[in-house]
Amino acid sequence: MDLKKLEKVPKNYFKEILESLSKMEKLKRTPFFSGIHFTEAERELAQKINNYRKIEKEAKKVWKIVELSRNENRPQCLDYINGIFEDFIQLAGDRQTGDDKSIIAGLGRLAGTTVAVIGNNKGKDIKQRVEHNFGMGIPQGYRKSQRIMKLADRFGFPIITFVDTPGAYPGLEAEDDGQAGAIAKSILTMFEVKVPIISVLIGEGGSGGALALAVGNYVMMLKNATYSVISPEGCAAILWKDPSGSKLAARALKITSKDLIRLKIIDRIIHEPLGGAQNNPERIVRIVKKYIIYALERYENVPGEELKMQRAKKYESMGIFSYTDKA
Amino acid sequence: MNDLECRNCKKKISEEKFMSNLWICPFCGYHSYVSARDRIQITTDDNSFVELGNSIHSVDFLNFYDIKPYSTKLKEAKLKSSLEDAIMVGKAKIKNCNIALGVMDFSFIGGSMGSAIGEKIKIITDYSIEKKVPLVIFCASGGARMQEGAMSLMQMAKTVSCINRIRENKIPYFCIVTNPTSGGVSASFATIADIIISEPGALFCFAGPRVVKQTIKKSVPSDFGTSERGLKNGQVDIIVSRNDIRDTIAKLLKLFKR
Repeated sequence: MDLKKLEKVPKNYFKEILESLSKMEKLKRTPFFSGIHFTEAERELAQKINNYRKIEKEAKKVWKIVELSRNENRPQCLDYINGIFEDFIQLAGDRQTGDDKSIIAGLGRLAGTTVAVIGNNKGKDIKQRVEHNFGMGIPQGYRKSQRIMKLADRFGFPIITFVDTPGAYPGLEAEDDGQAGAIAKSILTMFEVKVPIISVLIGEGGSGGALALAVGNYVMMLKNATYSVISPEGCAAILWKDPSGSKLAARALKITSKDLIRLKIIDRIIHEPLGGAQNNPERIVRIVKKYIIYALERYENVPGEELKMQRAKKYESMGIFSYTDKA
Repeated sequence: MNDLECRNCKKKISEEKFMSNLWICPFCGYHSYVSARDRIQITTDDNSFVELGNSIHSVDFLNFYDIKPYSTKLKEAKLKSSLEDAIMVGKAKIKNCNIALGVMDFSFIGGSMGSAIGEKIKIITDYSIEKKVPLVIFCASGGARMQEGAMSLMQMAKTVSCINRIRENKIPYFCIVTNPTSGGVSASFATIADIIISEPGALFCFAGPRVVKQTIKKSVPSDFGTSERGLKNGQVDIIVSRNDIRDTIAKLLKLFKR
């Protein structure tokens, strides 16, 4: 067995494999056992290594998607807004304590109707990224989203959201200002309004900060976007206790559009230009525009009460569990 | 009987004394962990609790494997805690008032919220609406259950939708925040309660102190994320000692009685 080949294996797997390897070596050295072939043990070990190789290969594939979803040349919320809506006016502030530039909100026209638009914007170069706080929302942003959604509800404007965030900002002021409650209330507002909500996951869908804008009647996801309960890095730090487990965590968490449509967490996958959305931004913006118009048409004549009920039913039926004990 | 140690002041306390003091340290007042079963016993009227939805179990539907398979973790947690999952829900009485009750238990995979918890919250909110009885939930959770991937994230939406129906039906909902309540649970059904009560010294935040410290690369105040700081910042209604929680809930139930 060539140990050098195993060097890249994360510690935990490495340990497991090493343990069985050393057990075998020890047995081989025991006088009583000498001469006995350890075919069974060796086969088991080979299987373990093979299994790990398979997992590692899958993990690498998923990681490519993670990198694509974070690609800085990927079109962002503001690109979609500029390419899709006419007469867009950006609206700022939560009317309480301030404005969050990581969450863009405003009104615009699409296919002859006024719509409300809310989305996370990360920024492209370092200057923009700092300005938009890398797309990480603070309570002011989640309160702004509530304000705009309630406004849309009163005037009957459909709501379109673009989700692209590593997650809500874990900062001291954000916590002091009630980050948890602001996210919860943004989600709550999405269950209260009686207008259609169309959500598009365009890049990173990071945890509660993403969900706060993603409770839609119809949720679409770009092929190479991700949507996860925690970042692969965060998950690896907690469960693998080792940052080298990030790729394995990304695979295990099932964060790709293919996984999520199977779990019925999203309603549609939007395919991207060859190699990813960054290769042809104008084209993907056009495609997304088309799908948003389709989705809006779907709900055009549906009464508000029904729209609201559909959302509640959809999300309340989510979950996989059993009625008998078979963990 | 064994002597136990207070996690805060490290003083030795006899198990008997600790128990009779409701797991509050007699020396420093630190509120220690209470299991869901014990919590029900010290809060509700004797023998009034009837569990609902206890046939619901978590499933390892993603074949999630980190260091151990999730299915093994579930089995171990069940053995360790003698619970089916990180929450018990059911009907109960507090000072003869009927309530719908949910009690989370931190010892079951960190009180993390997966599909089973989401469904149990749905069951208890449905019961609460059907019988028109107030809803009381004791929270203790590290957040969403990562082993269920994005489906655990969806439980945040699911539970918020359930609470939205509670609100629409004008049923009072009290949330009691216990140590710790963070992540996906604090950012969903916990913070949209009509009244938020907290035990003293409970961690009540979205991101924990460790994550915030790493992000801002500065130390955080010693009271960061505590319910006391939350009270100061307007995120909590009242802080109530465990000794008085039963009385406080009873008082609120009386005030909200129609």
